[in-house]
Amino acid sequence: MYATTYHRPASVEEAAALFAKGTESKYLAGGHTLLPVMKQRLAAPSDVIDIARIPGLAGIEASGDTLTIKAATTYYNIMRNAQVQKAVPALVHLTSVLGDPAVRYRGTIGGSIANNDPAADYPAAVLALNASIKTNKRTIAADDFFKGLFTTALEDGEIITAISFPVPAKAGYAKFRHPASRFALTGVFVAKTRSGDVRVAATGASQDGVMRVPHFEQALTANWSPSALDGIQVSADGMMADIHGSAAYRANLVKVMAQRAVEAAG
Amino acid sequence: MTTVTLTVNGKAVSGAAEDRTLLVHFLRDHLGLTGTHVGCDTSQCGACVVHIDGQAVKSCTVLVGQANGANVTTIEGIAKGDELHPMQAAFRDNHGLQCGYCTPGMIMTSIDIVNRHGGSLDEATVRQELEGNICRCTGYHNIVKSVLDAAARMNVAQAAE
Amino acid sequence: MGMEGIGASVARKEDKRFITGKGRYTDDIRPHGMTYASFVRSPHAHAKVASIDTSEAMKMPGVVAVLTGQELVDDKIGNLICGWMVHSKDGSAMKMGAWPAMAPEIVRFVGQAVAVVIAESRNGARDAAEKVEVAYEELPAVPDIRAAIADGAPQLHPEAPGNIVYDWALGDEAATNAAFAKAANVVEIELTNNRLVPNAMEPRSAVASYDEAEEHFTLYTTSQNPHVARLVLSAFYNIAPENKLRVIAPDVGGGFGSKIFIYPEEMVALWASKKVNRPVKWTADRTEAFLTDAHGRDHLSKAEMAFDKDNKMIGLRVKTHANFGAYMSLFSSSVPTYLYATLLSGQYNIPNIYAEVIGIYTNTTPVDAYRGAGRPEASFLLERLVETAARKLKLDPTELRRKNFITSFPHQTPVIMAYDTGDFHASLDAALKAIDYAGFAARKEASQKAGKLRGIGLSCYIEACGIAPSKAVGSLGAGVGLWESAEVRVNPVGTIEVLTGSHSHGQGHETTFAQVVADRLGIPLDQVSIVHGDTDKVQFGMGTYGSRSAAVGISAIVKALEKVEAKAKKIVSHQLEASEDDIVIENGNFKVAGTDKVMALANVALAAYTAHNLPPGMEPGLKEGAFYDPTNFTFPAGAYICEVEVDPGTGKTEFVNFVAADDFGRLINPMIVEGQVHGGLAQGIGQALLEGAVYDENGQLVTASFMDYAMPRAEDLPSFKLSHTTTLCPGNPLGVKGCGEAGAIGASAAVINAITNAIGHEKIEMPATPARVWNAIHGNA
Repeated sequence: MYATTYHRPASVEEAAALFAKGTESKYLAGGHTLLPVMKQRLAAPSDVIDIARIPGLAGIEASGDTLTIKAATTYYNIMRNAQVQKAVPALVHLTSVLGDPAVRYRGTIGGSIANNDPAADYPAAVLALNASIKTNKRTIAADDFFKGLFTTALEDGEIITAISFPVPAKAGYAKFRHPASRFALTGVFVAKTRSGDVRVAATGASQDGVMRVPHFEQALTANWSPSALDGIQVSADGMMADIHGSAAYRANLVKVMAQRAVEAAG
Repeated sequence: MTTVTLTVNGKAVSGAAEDRTLLVHFLRDHLGLTGTHVGCDTSQCGACVVHIDGQAVKSCTVLVGQANGANVTTIEGIAKGDELHPMQAAFRDNHGLQCGYCTPGMIMTSIDIVNRHGGSLDEATVRQELEGNICRCTGYHNIVKSVLDAAARMNVAQAAE
Repeated sequence: MGMEGIGASVARKEDKRFITGKGRYTDDIRPHGMTYASFVRSPHAHAKVASIDTSEAMKMPGVVAVLTGQELVDDKIGNLICGWMVHSKDGSAMKMGAWPAMAPEIVRFVGQAVAVVIAESRNGARDAAEKVEVAYEELPAVPDIRAAIADGAPQLHPEAPGNIVYDWALGDEAATNAAFAKAANVVEIELTNNRLVPNAMEPRSAVASYDEAEEHFTLYTTSQNPHVARLVLSAFYNIAPENKLRVIAPDVGGGFGSKIFIYPEEMVALWASKKVNRPVKWTADRTEAFLTDAHGRDHLSKAEMAFDKDNKMIGLRVKTHANFGAYMSLFSSSVPTYLYATLLSGQYNIPNIYAEVIGIYTNTTPVDAYRGAGRPEASFLLERLVETAARKLKLDPTELRRKNFITSFPHQTPVIMAYDTGDFHASLDAALKAIDYAGFAARKEASQKAGKLRGIGLSCYIEACGIAPSKAVGSLGAGVGLWESAEVRVNPVGTIEVLTGSHSHGQGHETTFAQVVADRLGIPLDQVSIVHGDTDKVQFGMGTYGSRSAAVGISAIVKALEKVEAKAKKIVSHQLEASEDDIVIENGNFKVAGTDKVMALANVALAAYTAHNLPPGMEPGLKEGAFYDPTNFTFPAGAYICEVEVDPGTGKTEFVNFVAADDFGRLINPMIVEGQVHGGLAQGIGQALLEGAVYDENGQLVTASFMDYAMPRAEDLPSFKLSHTTTLCPGNPLGVKGCGEAGAIGASAAVINAITNAIGHEKIEMPATPARVWNAIHGNA
């Protein structure tokens, strides 16, 4: 790791001010995305600003139709939270297959979303559940937030403070793990709103990162069952390919995982 | 440089280190606690697992500044004098280790597994929970056996308390 | 057998330090004044080193020195060696290019060192290493065997035209061809044996220091064989005479072959410690380990087997291309030849075998022995071929195997090996019973109803362990003898130290070796300590690899013990006025049979050291040494059966069951033996399903971390069902055979045979990743 300066601000405002002062600042919450990249010397932030312990930046609230998870809430605390389990059990499942137990103690939902790794799990949930991302400056709709690999609508220095999920009627997540990294080789999140709309989001598959799958959404809106997708072929165009899976294989997984997610959603 | 004060194995310690120092290197190089190991660069192998405030985490993915003020327990801190922690004893009794390099991390992770699951552990759960710890020697067979055995011992011990 | 003697599953003596964090590995060692080394490594697979500018690096804070390959040359430090001479078919010696520890002129694989920075801190050394400016002129690279042997391929070494190190053969070509000419059926197979990275969890490390006044070096290093390391560092690399170099391999965190070899980094650390006159530490990070630890396997093979009308095997022809990487590593030449082709007869009576092996240079990390070394490649090839043949000949795979098993011993194969003993029917019977082979059809049907593809696969392996005898391996080109030494020291109060040339890096020698001593003398295990891994303590030893420690290392201890016992009996006979022949050893006492006369071991030892009343002419003391040179290899064998379910939607393979029935001869500590089998199976299964080193077309290693190279995790593996059948090895005193590599040798064929059985498709390469299996199922291969 290159030399850097570590800060632990007490408020979001102080964090943003420190960020602005550094020549190349980075926020750090759990650190389980940033630190591995820094250890490999692939990132060299001048300043690392630790926002994990800022009061009010962690916690979970459920009110009526909305589940709000604050940005610095760890995976572990999401996984064992009764309100999350009641409102969106698929989120608990997603979290339980994300990383490993040690990573889940440290990693945060805000960190995962801000990083937007093309094989991360949470972006699929955020997009499929049509969540809104709250920052220290504004609220951004999920459809406007993810902008391709490791890229989001966040401006320089902007801090995610919370993610609000509309509570769905049904939701499910199915993940096929990358044999080495254990990220999603492909993961698909399906959600049916209380008004009957269906949204499907796939991670790990597309070269552009997390994506919606409109023809699945149409088919599942008409018929919420795994078999509704039987006749639909997913195009391999634009899918990622590496030694662990060709584009065609990932296209297949998008369909198979979508069907299994629907089955899991019930 | 950053100056940190933390509790390690029940003792208050403080020291100054470069900001980029990882907790694992602080433990090994500054405190001489070399039981915690480094086995990869990608936060995957778990040889470096310690407990921070009671949670099993990868000390290779924590800056020492992040651990400032925390309560850290390492493999050196879990036995009570000559009395081994039940997880340590179970690893020995079930031949849950060979070269010993991954073992400290395995034991620290496994204690956490039992702490969270208590008596409801089964083989499949243990295998899932060991996701973040890599062993090259044992094929995990006897590690799984050790964790299940220790879970039984720890539950008995808890019940007795 | 006592509670702690031979055959007892005693908990390991060494465990306490490991489970309490008190193990002492190389990187744990911090001599006063220590500096850190960081290597500057080539980012190119093949390039000319035009110039190296160290001036910016020297200005970095805390930098002590920046040293380059040319300085090694100037100091007359030798190139790395290959210690086993193999001759081609035409009688010519193998063709090797020089391998300097840091390349002064040309780099031939990504990660090859060109310079080293010595600095006050680990991070400081790395920061400065990035400031060393190396101007490379890129050359075209050959990333794999096919590219290396193509017409017009770029050439790595002028000494090896066509990138061919040797073109070697074993067996009778004419007789084999004649057998094929009269065959009723011929079955062919083509396969890859995938390239693996050993990945011991402890990365390689070296801590070197130089004592100016004594002109003496000390090296702590991650070695499986510290004495061989010292010999090579002294005799070939000119670091220092042997009496001025101490090599210590303290606790070593796994080896699997990769820590046999003497690498550039240890050599440079030693040399640099004198240059800067301060201790130097180097510890690999995981990516350095991927780039520089010797890799394993990497064969392309074609094989065909001839059968007569009764389905008896009458001939086997094999042609293998073996990838050696960019340089010939220490024992690399022997791996695809004498450790591979000699095992191609397997458990079968095959009268005619002809094997050709072409050794190839490529612009990749050097390849050498990795757990099993040659024998997994032989076993995989043969067991895939036999299983495929059974399917083509419409025979049950058990039937074809049984029909051809060797049943009378000793058995001379056509490929050098003379099997001393075995019972292949017994191990197959045990495995079939354990997996309920008869019930498989019903289980397959049940899986089918649940939408899963179920398959079962067998592998009946044999291997040769305890590589020996010295005269034989010498005649085959080995540069060293392959005996082992031991010294048994009985202290004046009767406690015992055993000094052994074997090295333990996970195998539990401190326990099993002590069990042998405790058993023979009838004393508690606590009374015996095992000393190993330090050239200042143990006189010499060949180290631990090739499952040799029980068969060779323990045999040396037994020989030394016999001498100790003989001397002790002489003392007892003298003191108790009894005949030596009447003295028996029981529970730590020397008794005169049929009398109540007895002398405890402690008293015998005390008598030996006080020397007040010894037989005339006897030297004082009770300490004996022995060198043991085996008369033959040992031949562990067994049957593995794997049952899997494949998910046709994803191609993912799940284990339903994995059984192993092994014959290792006598077991000293069954618990430890089973642990060795578990670990071997995990590596064999890892090869079959998960692991594979992949280079891109430019020779960049795509799988250079655990993010891309799939290491087996707990969830990837099943619990194993083990059993043992026993035929005692007639060639050594205890009848032991060796158990360290069996799992890695036998497992991969069982897994692939099960998957191909499940999906009804023979063509699947290792690792059989979900994507590959899915492709095979859906015809996209």
